[in-house]
This record gives sequence, structure tokens and C-alpha cells, in this order.
Amino acid sequence: MIRDITIGQYYPVESPVHRLDPRTKLFGTLVYIISLFFADNIGCYAAATLFLGAVVHLSRVPLRFIVRGLKAIVFLLLLSVSFNLFLTDGRTLVRLGFLKITDNGLRLAFFMGLRLMYLVIGSSIMTLTTTPNQLTDGLEKSLGFLNRLRVPVHEISMMMSIALRFIPILVEETDKIMKAQMARGADFESGNLIQRAKNMIPILVPLFVSAFRRATDLAMAMEARCYRGGSGRTKMKPLHYEKRDHMAYAVLAAYLIAVIAIRFFF
Amino acid sequence: MSIQAIDLSYTYGQGTAFEQHALRHVNFEIKDGEFVGLIGHTGSGKSTLIQHLNGLIRPTGGDILYQGKSIYSDGYSLRELRGKVGLVFQYPEHQLFEVDVFSDVCFGPRNLGCSKEETEKRARHALKLVGLDESFYSQSPFELSGGQKRRVAIAGVLAMRPEMMILDEPTAGLDPRGRDEILDQIERLNRQHGLTILLVSHSMEDVARYVDRLMVMNRGEKVFDGTPREVFRHYRELEAIGLAAPQITYVVNELRDQGIPLDETITTVEEARDAILGLLEKRGKLK
Repeated sequence: MIRDITIGQYYPVESPVHRLDPRTKLFGTLVYIISLFFADNIGCYAAATLFLGAVVHLSRVPLRFIVRGLKAIVFLLLLSVSFNLFLTDGRTLVRLGFLKITDNGLRLAFFMGLRLMYLVIGSSIMTLTTTPNQLTDGLEKSLGFLNRLRVPVHEISMMMSIALRFIPILVEETDKIMKAQMARGADFESGNLIQRAKNMIPILVPLFVSAFRRATDLAMAMEARCYRGGSGRTKMKPLHYEKRDHMAYAVLAAYLIAVIAIRFFF
Repeated sequence: MSIQAIDLSYTYGQGTAFEQHALRHVNFEIKDGEFVGLIGHTGSGKSTLIQHLNGLIRPTGGDILYQGKSIYSDGYSLRELRGKVGLVFQYPEHQLFEVDVFSDVCFGPRNLGCSKEETEKRARHALKLVGLDESFYSQSPFELSGGQKRRVAIAGVLAMRPEMMILDEPTAGLDPRGRDEILDQIERLNRQHGLTILLVSHSMEDVARYVDRLMVMNRGEKVFDGTPREVFRHYRELEAIGLAAPQITYVVNELRDQGIPLDETITTVEEARDAILGLLEKRGKLK
């Protein structure tokens, strides 16, 4: 049951999108998100759809996998679409009791729905094609300038990648502890809210104990290999831009210009 | 009366790209009072198999019968079953959570709905069975040594008064002394208290010394089932699936190859010693 979580999951295939530098993908996602907030007419959304469709196609991630990520926001999506649909002023098209659907409302609801969906799809394409390690590497390098402001960028990104690495381990551990307690007759399904919260104690205590045990083990292992933070540490695979990254940036720039042009001239 | 697996199959991630067959058509019966060893390489399906025996996993095919009744039928109380078929997971000390040893052992019987007196009576008895006296009762389980923690965890399952105990690698990570103590205690539970025991292990040496019967798993299938002697006779096949017979089996076979007439079914060092001494004596007499 816990294994079904797919948010932030990496989909391991070979594709041009997978091979891109993580910084390109991070920056590209950022630009795409900004462009979605720029878009306010059908032309802009057509461009956004085209761009997203091309990236999804190039990434070779099955569409089914990408759409699954939308499940998490179904409620949010329905809520914002219906608010926009029923509560916008304008020329009335249909009237259902005290609710009315206007031409403006219809337009806003449609665009809002698209925008939310594209936001989620756009960012899940990034996480589906980039391993967590690459992602933190990319973040560390892109945010390197913050070092001058004495922000410990390396330490923060190290913590992030360790945290990401530990998610599946802790999920598995939770599963194991739950089963062990069930074997001792524990019941996690019945009782009222307070009773259920109390029933969690036999899971949470061992889980915390094991998380701390793993943390000290890891700290020990890192120190045994002379880890002492970011200064002067070199990388085995330093990030550098390839020809395909420059091409990707060119496509991205063309897309951004197109969206801006469509917005202001049509 | 017994526990039976009938054509048991389990597939992880059925219907997805990550489909994996963990168990394929496993059949066996364990009779009351038996001491059975379950051996297999990592990933052979041992752990998946034992989680079926008390209903923690629902099989994708086949059935489990406990005392003749299917445990997956409607209305069968799995919680009651878990009190009768006690399962001790690998590294069971990782499941301890209470403030002191005694309350942790009380957790199982309390979940079964025992009264306070009954719960405490069972906890005391269980702790005595694993050799922990009253001086431990009020200690925090997190301050004990590894071997003591493990005994507390085993007592936690014993306190439910199971009819059968399944132990998954109960000696993993213990020193040789701690290992022998735990195994001796498990043997006593079987011989003196009549508990049915299923001992999961990958160490042939441990298992050969204690069990009456041995089941060997490989890639989700049961490949051998018989007394340790019968199973170790197939030591070459065992090697092929990443297991080894006890070292003494190899010594005996080397000696046999050199023409020394030893019984090939010898499985323990003691038996080998007696057999070799016997032979030497005979030869001494002959000379």
C-alpha cells in the first residue's frame, strides 16, 4: 500500500531528456512554469501544449505514468475549476439555481485547469527524468553563488540527497515494523481517532529509534571516509554543459519568446 | 493437527512491469510438535513464505490451512491466528518500543484481550522461558545487550502462548555464545513444551544440529524436504543453488573418497568423531 507513492519517482530509461544536464532541466522547468503564468489566451496555451507534448514524447516516459501524478491534485483541480466556473461575472450562458455559468467563467475555468495540469506534468517530467542525486547536484551548482553570502549550499544539498535516499528505506522499515507488531496482535484498523493515534506508538517509537541508528551509522561511515563538508571537495562526475544542453536552451528561448509574442501581439 | 500450505504462490507487483514471482506452487505440511528448518539463499522466498503462515500476506494463489481450516476464508480471525502462530521477525529487537522490558512483553497478550493478571502471568512465564530474571523487568529494553534485547523480543511473542513459533534468522548478528544460547532455548521450547517450531536460517551448521526435518527453498520453489541426512546427501545440488552442507559433510566425503568407509549421512561433528574413533578402534583390534 505504501509502495504506491509515485511522486518524485525516477523512471529509468534512455532518452535525450534523461541525458540533459540537470541544470538545464531545472532552469527549463522554471521557465516553463513562468511561461504558464504569462499565458492568457488560446495561442499561448497551444504553444505550451506543443512544447510539453514534445518534451513528454522525447522523454520516452509512458503517458500513463505521467498522468498518474495528476491523481494527487484531482481535488484541488476540481475545486479551482468549479470556483472559476460558477463564481465569475460576465455574460450568463447557463443558470442552475443560484449558480450561473458565464462566458468569462468558462474561459477562466478552462485555462485554470490546463495551467494546473501543465504545472504538475511539467515538474513531474523533471523528476521522472532526473535522479534525485543529479537533481541535488544541479541545485548545488546552480545555487553556488549563494556561497558568497555564506549560505552552506553544499551542506544543504547533501542533506537533501540523504533525505531523499532515506525515503524508500524508511518506507520499507515502516512496513516491516507494522508487520512485526501485527504479528504480536496489534490492530491498526479499528477504534476511534484517539485510539488509532495511540495504536501508532508501537510503530513510531521503533521507527524513530531505527532512523537515529541509521543516521549515526551513516555519519560514522562518512567520517571514516574523511568527509568534512564542501570546501575543497571535488566531484567524480563534474557537471558541464554539452552541445545538447545549448540546443535545449535555444529551444527554450524560442519557446519563451513565442509565448511572450503571442501574448502581446494577438 | 497441523499447518498446511497448498499450492501456495505469491507474485509481487502482479500485472505491472515489475512483476516478480516470490513463491511458486509451494506445498508442505508441518505437524504439531515438529521442529522444522527452512533454508534458502537470500531472495529464495523464505521470508515471503513465513509471512503467509500467519496471514500477514495474502497469497496470489493457493491456500494455507491451519488445523484444517483455511485462514483466508471469510470470518476467520487472523488476530486469533497470530496468537497461535507466533512469528518472530529477523532482528526482532527493532520492534521493541515500551519503557521497560516487562510492559513490552505484555503487549502481545494484552492485544489478545487477556486480563491484567493473565497478561502479567504470561509475561513472567515467557521471560523465564528465555532466561531473563526479575532484575530485568524494569529496565529499558534499549539499554540491554544485543542478545538480551533479542530474548525480550522472543519473549514478547512467547507471551501470547502460541502453539507454533516461526523464527526468521533468530541468530543473525549474535556472537557464537549468544547464538548457542538462543538455539538451545528454542530447542527446549520444542522438546519440553511441545511447541511446533519453524526455524528459518541460512546456516546449515545451526540447523543440522537441531531440526528433525529440513525444507530447502530456491527461487520461490521448495526443492528439498526431508531429514537433514537425506537433504545433505544432495550437497552438490545444494552448492549449485548457493548453499553449502555443513563443513563436516565435506570432510566425511573427502575421507570416503580416500577409501575410508564412513557413513555418508553423517551431519554433525560429534557423529563424525564417534564414527572415526569407532573405525580406529576396530583397526587397532585388527592389528
